[in-house]
Amino acid sequence: MLSRASRTLTRVGHNFIENVWRAGAMLRFFFVVLAASGTSVRRFRLVMREVYFTGVLSLIIIIVSGLFVGMVLGLQGFETLQKYGAQDSIGVLVALSLVRELGPVVAALLFASRAGSAITAEIGLMKATEQLTAMDMMAVSPMARVIAPRFWAGVISMPLLAAMFSAMGVFGGYIVGVVLVGVDPGAFWSQMQAAVDFQYDVMNGVVKSFVFGIAVTVIATFEGFDAPPTAEGVSGATTRTVVSSALTILALDLVLTAFMLRGGT
Amino acid sequence: MTEENLVEIDAVSFGYGRRPVLEGISMRMPRGKVIAIMGGSGCGKTTLLRLIGGQLRPSKGSIRVGGSVVHELDLEGLYALRRRMSMLFQFGALFTDMTVFDNVAFPLREHATLSEAMVRDLVLMKLEAVGLRGAHNLMPSELSGGMARRVALARAVVMDPMLVMYDEPFAGLDPIAMSVVGSLIRRLNDALGATSIIVTHDVVESLQIVDYLYFVAEGRVVGEGTPAQIRATELPVVHQFVHGEIDGPVPFHYPAPEYDVDVGLARARAEAAHA
Repeated sequence: MLSRASRTLTRVGHNFIENVWRAGAMLRFFFVVLAASGTSVRRFRLVMREVYFTGVLSLIIIIVSGLFVGMVLGLQGFETLQKYGAQDSIGVLVALSLVRELGPVVAALLFASRAGSAITAEIGLMKATEQLTAMDMMAVSPMARVIAPRFWAGVISMPLLAAMFSAMGVFGGYIVGVVLVGVDPGAFWSQMQAAVDFQYDVMNGVVKSFVFGIAVTVIATFEGFDAPPTAEGVSGATTRTVVSSALTILALDLVLTAFMLRGGT
Repeated sequence: MTEENLVEIDAVSFGYGRRPVLEGISMRMPRGKVIAIMGGSGCGKTTLLRLIGGQLRPSKGSIRVGGSVVHELDLEGLYALRRRMSMLFQFGALFTDMTVFDNVAFPLREHATLSEAMVRDLVLMKLEAVGLRGAHNLMPSELSGGMARRVALARAVVMDPMLVMYDEPFAGLDPIAMSVVGSLIRRLNDALGATSIIVTHDVVESLQIVDYLYFVAEGRVVGEGTPAQIRATELPVVHQFVHGEIDGPVPFHYPAPEYDVDVGLARARAEAAHA
């Protein structure tokens, strides 16, 4: 019995140390990527190419999801608000929910699932097929040529995707609230315009999505670069990217929201 | 370091963790020659290439390439050295998101400030040399194993390197593709005035194209010589390897207890004798 408890404790301790070690390695990796970013600035077309793969190709899932989330918010909001005779405020509810929270968070979760996993798998496979080693042997730094452009592409794409998600969500809320349920369109837009503060609501959402973009792309590129060069290793790294990104996004959201609410009072 | 040797390996030892791979190995690679390093799987041949290329650092000894001690170079110095050497990987390691043309053009675009017209001429010239000019628009996924190896060869020599390292260039090729790659290695080496190091366990092909061979076993050089000397050698390990003998100094069986003990025959015999 004691030995079983001891083994469990050992395993928990080992996992804890392993995770602390990985977090440290990831932080160090982040600084190395920043130091290797000169090439990305000088040859910006490398970044733009990756913006296409990570950002533009994620647009469909972001647009469709944003639309559905906005419509659901519209339906749920109307159901609750009409009990208090405040159904005209549905635009405010939809817009604030999206720009403050759901836009950055859900877009980041979708970005991690769609683009983050693709980045990890691509880099992991490049490693497994010795493409990164070949590049290094050609005196071309994989960190500067492969990792940094993907990192900056993710950082640029994420706020734009979150903005697109929120815009589509508001449109979805409009379809449900105004077109289907019959809320006055003037009230929908004017109340939204009056209640949503650009500096406090919109910019805070932008800051959140920017931070999530950094977190997701650092995790995705690190996991790919660190993946064991086997099929199992790449598959495990891809799974870790999605799980770690989701947990990191939610934890960071809590911290950022706490700071932003303090700042707003 | 003598002028005629491009690569000098002196008493190099290396291990992965506690497992020793190379133990006090020494070799000389003269300029302009094609040298083969041969030996069984896991004997440390590829590790040796990685040490020469500066991807690994020896735990003891030194490796000099073109007069520079490789493991003493900083990253800038190492990259400067690597611009004058190249490596062909076992399965080509072509960049899968680029066409054949872009793969071969990659080192030129990264390191040289040439016009795109000049890059095109150089790339097509190298692809012509390996017989694949007509395949320049194909993607790596559309190539056979032998073609991929030839494209990788064109990419390896596009910067006219002083040293080309080949990691198992004949692995998995059919006899025709093997002959083509072997002949290209020899011809390109002579045309460029480069030095080539081939890590392989393909005896027949290697003996036809190389100037000198080293045999490595258990982390040490166990035999060396010209192809004629190797063919005539009586050294047991080399003889077994060259002639493909199943058993010998490199045993067929992995170490194990006696067979009759393992299957219970010994005990049955003892019981029968006792009865």
